[in-house]
Amino acid sequence: MEFLFDLTANGLLVGLMYSLVALGFVLIYKATSVINFAQGDLLMFAGYAAAVMTGGHGMPLWAMVLVLCAGMVVLGFVLERGILRPMVGQPVVSVIMVTIGLSFVLQGLVTIIWGASTRELALPVRFEPYIVGPVYISPINLVAAVIAILFLIGFGVFFTRSRLGVAMRAVADDQQASMVVGIKVPRVFALSWAIAGLAAAAGGIIWGNQIGVDTFLALVGLKVFPVVILGGLDSIGGAIIGGLLMGVIESLAAGYLDPLVGGGTKDFIPYVLMILVLFIRPYGFFGHETIERV
Amino acid sequence: MISRESGVFQTSYEGDMALYTLPLARNTTRVVVALLVLLPIPLMMANNEHLMSIVTTIALAAIGAIGLNILVGYTGQISIGQGAFMMVGGYTAAILSSRYGMPFWFGILAGGCTTALVGTLFGIPSLRIKGLYLAIATLAAQLIIEWVINHVPWISGGAQSSIYVDNPELFGFEFNTEFRRYYLVLVVFLLAFFGAQNLVRGRIGRAFIAIRDRDIAAEIIGVNLFRYKLLAFAISSFYAGVAGALWTYYLRIANYENFVLVVSIEYLAMIIIGGLGSVLGAVFGAIFIKLFPIALDLTVVSVSEGVFGIPYQDVANFLANMQLFLFGALIIFFLTVEPEGLARMWEHVKRYFRLWPYSY
Repeated sequence: MEFLFDLTANGLLVGLMYSLVALGFVLIYKATSVINFAQGDLLMFAGYAAAVMTGGHGMPLWAMVLVLCAGMVVLGFVLERGILRPMVGQPVVSVIMVTIGLSFVLQGLVTIIWGASTRELALPVRFEPYIVGPVYISPINLVAAVIAILFLIGFGVFFTRSRLGVAMRAVADDQQASMVVGIKVPRVFALSWAIAGLAAAAGGIIWGNQIGVDTFLALVGLKVFPVVILGGLDSIGGAIIGGLLMGVIESLAAGYLDPLVGGGTKDFIPYVLMILVLFIRPYGFFGHETIERV
Repeated sequence: MISRESGVFQTSYEGDMALYTLPLARNTTRVVVALLVLLPIPLMMANNEHLMSIVTTIALAAIGAIGLNILVGYTGQISIGQGAFMMVGGYTAAILSSRYGMPFWFGILAGGCTTALVGTLFGIPSLRIKGLYLAIATLAAQLIIEWVINHVPWISGGAQSSIYVDNPELFGFEFNTEFRRYYLVLVVFLLAFFGAQNLVRGRIGRAFIAIRDRDIAAEIIGVNLFRYKLLAFAISSFYAGVAGALWTYYLRIANYENFVLVVSIEYLAMIIIGGLGSVLGAVFGAIFIKLFPIALDLTVVSVSEGVFGIPYQDVANFLANMQLFLFGALIIFFLTVEPEGLARMWEHVKRYFRLWPYSY
């Protein structure tokens, strides 16, 4: 029973980190109907940049965070303008492919500039775990969870209170109608990519700290697909709950199933679950069901 | 024989409906096939096995790409799982040949059929979901198949997940040299190529295209979506399975590393760069994607050694990353600049020369 608690608590914490990455996906999909296969690579890029800045150049943490966030926002703008804008009106497979192409470019670029060896991304957090009853919680997980929660709350406020946020929701709902009421849709597209860049910066720092910075960091992007499918591709709340759920499921699978089959179920169960969800409820738990007319 | 048309001057319905409206087109096809058949002779004389192996690899890749193009380019169902489907075919063939002593032709057919079955299974979600969701579902298929083959010892044969097979043999003729194996691949490639061309011209192909253009409208004019979508998945995976099985017999080893996620994406890149919805385009794409890293290798190595005097070992790492980078950049370039790919460029060239030199 204690084992179960421990697994669940840690799963939830990891799940929050998944939610943070999923947020970038959902934002872009909601506003622009593009699935960004390069989200994991953006995250890796951010992680590398962060590791180089703190490790190589010895920048203080706050400066690194500022520079990184600004840089990722600019990168988001540039990507939207340069690559995604020409793809408007192209078939879905082309749009997917262009983001896959982007992911290769980022992976190649990162290793050409910074090399393929694993780097550390140290954060000033103590190492010994907190012990709450039967549950061991490592402080770094807690910090990650707090950052994730802050981000999620921030986005929540942004989308409900700010003018821009409301405009973004309007565009997500109906592009033509929002053009009619005077929202500049291309600007909203660019903004959503910039925010996705910001989410990637946060994800890059947290995940980079957790699993080390190398090209494998980009695989986090693959892990997020089950999360967004479970929650619904166009629902921010869904991304959060999907992330939590997936974190717990992964953690439980690793705890209970791994000893039975000899490891690796963590990389398997989420996808099986995802296929099942796609069979039964393709638009996820909280997503919008699309109704098609000829 | 080489006369070209300068306009449309058909006087009979049959002439209008003919597959090749000009003798030129028919003869070009014959010449190309003849050249492919005769190709090994000069190479054999020069004893250039390396060049032969490149051509064989391209033909192998083309088979898989044609299959993927039937699914993605013609039917509009996205699949990021071609590599995994090839893996199923490859391992089926390897298991049948190495453990049960089956002949290679049986292994190829069985590989194709097993893969068709698996592909259809993963195609079932396509009845409810499309576009992005289907892309993600097939991505899951790729990861699940990869995991299962790697983690079930009965399939993967234990260490390194690889199974060795013998040289394929037919009526005592052993395909034991590079040149002999080329013919094995060539025959299957030609069957696959002309099979696909005839398929997309016929009833089935038209149904596929109707589904791609507007599936609900297609259903209303009487195309059975359920049947044709699954058929597209089955045919496409059959091609993938055959290609995977051939890979296994060609390399004489089945190894999952030849079919990982990156390979699936490579195949997608082939049909996008070659041209979606064109059988010839898939072949162009296969040629392009397979030749591109080789050409890059040669240029980078010659520049670094010739101009800067850096030995090959020092640039090898840079080269691998550069390949990745340029591969992605090429995909983006083609998608933004020429979305219809090499096949469309080829059409432009043909159109230009159609009226040449009097193109007023």
